[in-house]
Amino acid sequence: MLITCPYCGPRGVIEFTYQGDGNRERPDPASQNFEAWNAYVYDRLNPAGDHNEIWQHSGGCRAHLRVVRNTLTHEISSVAFVRGDHGSAARRKAEDKA
Amino acid sequence: MMAEYSAFSLLANALKGNKDWKPAWRKPDPKASYDVIIIGGGGHGLATAYYLAKEHGITNVAVLEKSWLGSGNVGRNTTAVRSNYLLPANTRFYEHSMKLWEGLSHELNYNVMFSQRGCLNLAHTPAQFDDYARRGNAMRHLGVDAELMTPAEIKRLIPALDISSDARFPVVGGLMQRRAGTARHDAVAWGYARGADRRGVDIIENCEVTGFLRDGDRVTGVTTSRGDIRARKVAVAVAGSTGRVMQLAGIATMPIESHVLQAFVTESLKPFIDTVVTFGMGHFYMSQSDKGGLVYGGDIDGYNSYAQRGNLPIVDEVMSEMLALFPGLARVRMLRSWGGVCDMSMDGSPIITAGPLPGMYLNCGWCYGGFKATPASGWTFAWTIAKDEPHEFNAPFTLDRFHRGLVIDDKGQGANPRLH
Repeated sequence: MLITCPYCGPRGVIEFTYQGDGNRERPDPASQNFEAWNAYVYDRLNPAGDHNEIWQHSGGCRAHLRVVRNTLTHEISSVAFVRGDHGSAARRKAEDKA
Repeated sequence: MMAEYSAFSLLANALKGNKDWKPAWRKPDPKASYDVIIIGGGGHGLATAYYLAKEHGITNVAVLEKSWLGSGNVGRNTTAVRSNYLLPANTRFYEHSMKLWEGLSHELNYNVMFSQRGCLNLAHTPAQFDDYARRGNAMRHLGVDAELMTPAEIKRLIPALDISSDARFPVVGGLMQRRAGTARHDAVAWGYARGADRRGVDIIENCEVTGFLRDGDRVTGVTTSRGDIRARKVAVAVAGSTGRVMQLAGIATMPIESHVLQAFVTESLKPFIDTVVTFGMGHFYMSQSDKGGLVYGGDIDGYNSYAQRGNLPIVDEVMSEMLALFPGLARVRMLRSWGGVCDMSMDGSPIITAGPLPGMYLNCGWCYGGFKATPASGWTFAWTIAKDEPHEFNAPFTLDRFHRGLVIDDKGQGANPRLH
């Protein structure tokens, strides 16, 4: 399985760490809604098909990536930086290098 | 009932050219309705059908299997059977399973080749050895056998193991459960299938569930690739497909992720190891099959997958772990590798419960330890379906325990399925 890091290019999956399901929304830290916290911690969509997930390029640029990957075929259809601002910063860095 | 398989029947059929054997189970067409439908013709579904018929007299039962019988995890695991858990809920449940295993071949009149060759967890640090002593004491406290072993005793048991002080991770001791062992996994599926079939259960292969029939909230049957089938009770025992099947019932989220686990077998060797051994500095376990192949595996790949195949980093890791323990296996060739889809729960423990919808019963969350649980899983699930309440052995394994703060996390890893 190859993941194409937007910064580093295509790399083997061994360079990446799976950070889990990217569909979950963390409740406001001040929230006392236990149901929302329980759902955030324990409940998963677990789809058979396209899955939004977070990977970190821990053996490379260390960026956190939002990946859409098919859980039936392992095919990856999109990779983007988790934070848009991180993405533009990284792109600027890449342009500086070039 | 006279035993169908015996020394006499083997001889008699051999003399007649083996032409008169009855098929082990019928191939019936589905009826319009049943008392109980069990979705999933794996080990757990078939064991549930068997115990429903045998223990509770409920025989108007169908087992629906989307593929051929035993094509899923019951034929993909590494066959280890053990009950060496720390937490009482798990220990009691798996020890009940162990007791059922001990009588299973006789019970089913089907040789499941259960071999109590022991399971040894290796410790590589003094702290880990202390932790094993704690787990061993917890087991013995509940009447389960456990003993600590020294490196010298371990070397006598497994001569090929590298216990030298310059090993990558020197062995400082181990925790042995002598009554643990292995079983022939296909025979478990076939034995339960035949036992259920002979008591009147319809086992329907190539019958995929495509939806649920509902009357309001209540589940009243299923739609399948072979037509609609109604039932008073619908039981789900589909392991790695739990998320997909529950979504058909309108339940969007579950405390489960599906992950792929790979397993491996080498070419046949002469007798090399006569126990099950596990590595303590990573995740690796190995035993030798009766054909001589070394059967082994390690961690799940660590990302959501329904693919029944994995990637190379885990292959590399498992081989490295094997060679850290057994340098002498460096030139042995791997014969096959394969993958199975595991229903990883959020605390590493299973769910066996009535619900979550009226008329529905749920059995899932086996992570990658479901094979050893097969008898007790079927036994307690059948009890729950028949009586609409859990047996004391499965009472802790509820679905709502996650939202109620009652998780059963044997490893203490938290809600992180890839670490269980």
